Amino acid sequence: MASSKTITVEVDDVSYTDNVEPRLLLVQYLRERLGKTGTLIGCDTTNCGACTVHLDGVSVKSCTMFAVQADGHNVTTIEGLARDGKLAPLQQAFHECHALQCGFCTPGMIMQSASLLAENPHPTEKEIRDGLEGNLCRCTGYQNIVAAVQAAADGTVSADSTVSADSDETETAGVA
Amino acid sequence: MIPSAFDYAAPATVAEALGVLADAGDDVKLLAGGQSLIPVMKLRLADPAMVVDLGRIGELSGVRDDGDALLIGAMTTHHQIATDPLIAEHVPLLAKAAATVADPQVRHRGTFGGALVHADPAGDMPAPVLAADATFILAGPNGERRVAAADFFQGYFTTAVDDGEILTHVRVPKYAGWGAHYEKFTRVAQQWSIVAVAAMVRVDGGTIAEVRIGLTNMASTPLRATAVEQALVGAPLTRESIATASAHAAEGTDPASDLNGDAAYRRHLAEVLTKRAVIAAAGL
Repeated sequence: MASSKTITVEVDDVSYTDNVEPRLLLVQYLRERLGKTGTLIGCDTTNCGACTVHLDGVSVKSCTMFAVQADGHNVTTIEGLARDGKLAPLQQAFHECHALQCGFCTPGMIMQSASLLAENPHPTEKEIRDGLEGNLCRCTGYQNIVAAVQAAADGTVSADSTVSADSDETETAGVA
Repeated sequence: MIPSAFDYAAPATVAEALGVLADAGDDVKLLAGGQSLIPVMKLRLADPAMVVDLGRIGELSGVRDDGDALLIGAMTTHHQIATDPLIAEHVPLLAKAAATVADPQVRHRGTFGGALVHADPAGDMPAPVLAADATFILAGPNGERRVAAADFFQGYFTTAVDDGEILTHVRVPKYAGWGAHYEKFTRVAQQWSIVAVAAMVRVDGGTIAEVRIGLTNMASTPLRATAVEQALVGAPLTRESIATASAHAAEGTDPASDLNGDAAYRRHLAEVLTKRAVIAAAGL
């Protein structure tokens, strides 16, 4: 029988040490052990990108990595982007540009967009579309997703980005 | 989807990894970037009793200058290959091909060596490495051995790497003054190649002096388009001469038929994509 391994992983600026089975996927570790359900499982076959997180600052699909491979590394999830009660500029841009419909792809889209902008701070529209090649939106809301990444890159998002406890605000964003 | 249970080792050196392999028995898999292995383990198409993770072996990662060649560590990621300045300068064909692999997240994890040893006929790295006449460096229980690219790929998902061996580095000659292009045909985003063509061309005056062409997914292994190469050497650098030579691209190939296209369609693609790849590589 396969023996468990002890891993230490820093996730969203908090260090965790856990015993895990080697076959435990990183996404399962994040969701089921740490309760970080902001990272979603979509296709579970490395296609859709809903599970995208950052490993040492670059985007990876957490359904296609074992938790043991993250031992000693730094993971950032969608839950670690907001700082001091303020949405990250990309989150604010998605909010303002109405870049989400059902919202399922949104955490992965934002994490991949953040990785893209870290590597290429001023992408062209084509570079944004190519950069999001590994993220699927089944609502097909790609136009506004691309617009949101462009807005974040251009710095044209609102400075008023306080994280709201009132989720109704998201429902009406962009309608008025 | 959850893979079958397995034992896991993460050695820190190649020597340690060889020791683990020697003790592990037959039912063992090496884990590089995992972007092919983990999906097939989740589908339970593979259920190894033991997985040996090469991700902790620092000596296997990175690109360095080795005189008339580059020495590329097997654990170097596709993203690194696509963005490395030495590769951009000396073997840009590899960078162009690596930039087409899957999607950005997969390129951040997936590795050069892992993709080569996986040897998927539709994978994008084998044909450029074959075209570039690379040498594979394998570590094993009896020391190191070297295998030419022409002898490395042996069939569907099958290479010259024996049980107990590890691909550590790939040595790729420098191609100073050559143009390069990777022309890949797919129907949708992040897809494997239906057919792709890797081309390197050295032009001297108005004449094609040297040319190297590799075909992706035109047989169970990558192939050289030998007949096209022979027809092009010494030919005038014109679209017409390239088009005429490219009509030989499917000679000696044995493409599969599947839902993406039948064998006849793939032969047609090989001709069209070879023409486009050589024209782009030659800068016409």
